[in-house]
Amino acid sequence: MPELITEELRSQIGLSPEPRTELVTRRDIRKYAVATGQRLRKYLDGDEAPPLFHLALFWDVVEQDKLSPDGVALDNWLPEFPLKRAMAGKLQLEYHQPILPGQTLTARRTLCDMYEKQGSSGPLIFYEVSTDVSDATGAAVLTERATRILR
Amino acid sequence: MARIDDIAIGDRLPEFRYETDTVGQFLYNAALWNAHRIHFDYPYATGEENYPGLVVAGPLMGDWLSQCVLEWLGDEGRLLRFEYANRRAAFVGDVLLSRGEVSEINLTSRTATVTLEIVNESGDQLTPGSAVVQFSA
Repeated sequence: MPELITEELRSQIGLSPEPRTELVTRRDIRKYAVATGQRLRKYLDGDEAPPLFHLALFWDVVEQDKLSPDGVALDNWLPEFPLKRAMAGKLQLEYHQPILPGQTLTARRTLCDMYEKQGSSGPLIFYEVSTDVSDATGAAVLTERATRILR
Repeated sequence: MARIDDIAIGDRLPEFRYETDTVGQFLYNAALWNAHRIHFDYPYATGEENYPGLVVAGPLMGDWLSQCVLEWLGDEGRLLRFEYANRRAAFVGDVLLSRGEVSEINLTSRTATVTLEIVNESGDQLTPGSAVVQFSA
């Protein structure tokens, strides 16, 4: 089988885009809590964010002409992979402190691994992106490792 | 609410049933600011991508797993680690069940591991996951 991940592509491991900083608002927490069907008052009232709220907080906001035809905001800081169709992957999280309204949080992303596997219907590329979220004092809030699959 | 002295391996977490619908998908993807058409554009999802219907957002099912843990734990502790994998898709209209059970207890560190899953009405496991919680002293 020909290698899909070339040495040049592999050399992109360690790549990191500019950090992103966002303000946590009670309204955004409440919208997220309602949308996910939370039942705990502290989430519905926006006193604290549910554990996956950071996905919404740091979702890319791009101009409409930067969306792909299927409506996806492409991770344009990532290298171009030879496979294009994204499949859902895996998320691993480690929590250090809760997210509260009024906080200003910064996310730092790093492309930390890539590898290929033979799937049942063809080759697959796996790549992993770590995200470190910290508060305004620099203290760790959470660490995420996302594994994404391309077919 | 669970307390570390009262729990045992095999204890079941609260189960939640979700009747997925288009309004729920709209609100979730709007909260994310996600315009991926497979979640709201039926002709596109079925005609262009050959899905049997609108695809339920993967991380929404991850969130539903976390709710089992947090409602079981209540104010007795905190979530240390949480993970899930989207193995199979769910489609709008599917009825999903989010559930879990205690799989490990460590009295020294006051931590417990719970194993989680989302299953559909056919019994297919869509989203396996796990969490580690720490109970307050």
